[in-house]
Amino acid sequence: MIKATSTSTTRYTTQRIGFGLLTAMTLFTVLPILAVVIYILVLGTPAINGEFISGFPREGMRAGGIWPAIVGTFYLTLGTAIFAVPLGIGAAIYLSEYAPENRWTRLIRIAIINLAGIPSVVYGLFGLGLFVLFLQFGTSILAGSLTLSIMTLPVIISTTEEALRAVPQAFRTVSISLGATKWQTIRRIVLPQALPGTLTGVILGLERAAGETAPILFTVAAFFLPRLPASPLDATMALPYHLFVISTQVPGMPVKIQYGTALVLLAFVLGMNFIATTIRSRARARRQW
Amino acid sequence: MNKISIENLTLHYSDGTESLRNITMGIPANQITVLFGPAGGGKSSLLRILNRLNDLADVTYLNGRVLLDEEDILSPKIDVINLRRRVGMVFARPVVLPMSIRQNLTYGLEVAGMKDRYRLDEAVERSLQQAALWNEVQDRLDDPAIALSGGQQQRLCLARVLALEPEVILLDEPTSGLDPISTGKVEESLQELKKTYTIVLVPHSVQQAARTADFAAFFLQGELIEYAANKILFTNPENQKTEDYVEGRFG
Repeated sequence: MIKATSTSTTRYTTQRIGFGLLTAMTLFTVLPILAVVIYILVLGTPAINGEFISGFPREGMRAGGIWPAIVGTFYLTLGTAIFAVPLGIGAAIYLSEYAPENRWTRLIRIAIINLAGIPSVVYGLFGLGLFVLFLQFGTSILAGSLTLSIMTLPVIISTTEEALRAVPQAFRTVSISLGATKWQTIRRIVLPQALPGTLTGVILGLERAAGETAPILFTVAAFFLPRLPASPLDATMALPYHLFVISTQVPGMPVKIQYGTALVLLAFVLGMNFIATTIRSRARARRQW
Repeated sequence: MNKISIENLTLHYSDGTESLRNITMGIPANQITVLFGPAGGGKSSLLRILNRLNDLADVTYLNGRVLLDEEDILSPKIDVINLRRRVGMVFARPVVLPMSIRQNLTYGLEVAGMKDRYRLDEAVERSLQQAALWNEVQDRLDDPAIALSGGQQQRLCLARVLALEPEVILLDEPTSGLDPISTGKVEESLQELKKTYTIVLVPHSVQQAARTADFAAFFLQGELIEYAANKILFTNPENQKTEDYVEGRFG
């Protein structure tokens, strides 16, 4: 008979302590998130009313609404989507379906990974140099969208590529064996199956773009511009930058307006997140593999 | 008459696995030709050359000729898409495409450009009848194909190939995952199908080889050891290795 090195009671105790510790650690990671949301809800909700959402800022932004910033962020997100989504999905399809495994494609992959690690303020500076000054788009929605697109591309490419790779190889082989071309296989089998994963990645990428301040700092954002942008070459206010401005640059700012703005931005971003999660879970339930 | 003639076919993969050495054999029309032998012998490789699915694999060396009706299918000039319509393939694991039963069957025709609803429906019914599946699924053609049982899925895969009205059907251990009853149904279908099609089968056991083959080819480590009619190969083989394998002395 094997002699136990420790009694089973002590082993159970060790197990309970370990389990308790891990549970506590998990709770600690959730707490700050909950705290942030609750804090902003409590302080921001009193500011939310019809005028705050749909009105223009007055009295040096200390009163009135944030409508131009909401519209600006919406346009920026839309602009980013227009540039980044086709480009990102196209690149992902190439990398997952067509690219041979060689030094060249490995280099591209490394570049994409590193692109994701670049601090956002560096993108902002790059956008200023390339789009605003060199290409003379000026401080504009166009320049900002392009800057945000570059920042978002790595996220979109890697999540889309992952979604494409998750589609079983056997589907491709079967499709080819039934006389489909490679492109027909991608379009009819692979892409539809990868669509939910792709959409999730796209929305998560755009969500980041919508919430970023640094890249739009030099490329789009107007400190105070109480009108709606008239064209893509117009500057605009945007929620994250507006929040930065009213939190640090304007003396005597009512707290509830600061937190109201934060709440609207949070709702915008979490709303997109919710859509992404819904798409993903619905697709999982329907998935046939 | 030979539907397919393989002449001096040699193949190597880049990772040095399963290859074929100087294979020469003819595959007669409207017969079941069985390729059998231990794993890694080159049977699947040979099968995948016959409809150029090997194009997807990492082949470093390929030499020889494979004639389908006098036309060399290894030639770069051949229309590979068209070849795959003429030479259909059923895989070991039933892989139904993530769509309805009907869409699985019409997929090959639709990618070929057929749009006529009436002809598509006709192909669906005909192919399901031929694969002995029609009675089981006729009133739920628009259900997801994944809802079918394993045996039904494999017969759907067979029907999917039949819908294209190919000339040759390749089957790579089509019954390896099936229960004896489903296996029996598939084998029965094959006996019926050979009246119309040329069939090349990699069986999942020697017993299945003996049951189904009109002609049988024994492969060992990339070489064709012996190729003969069923009666000769399974009762009175010339080669000692064939005899040992058929009688179960190694496997």
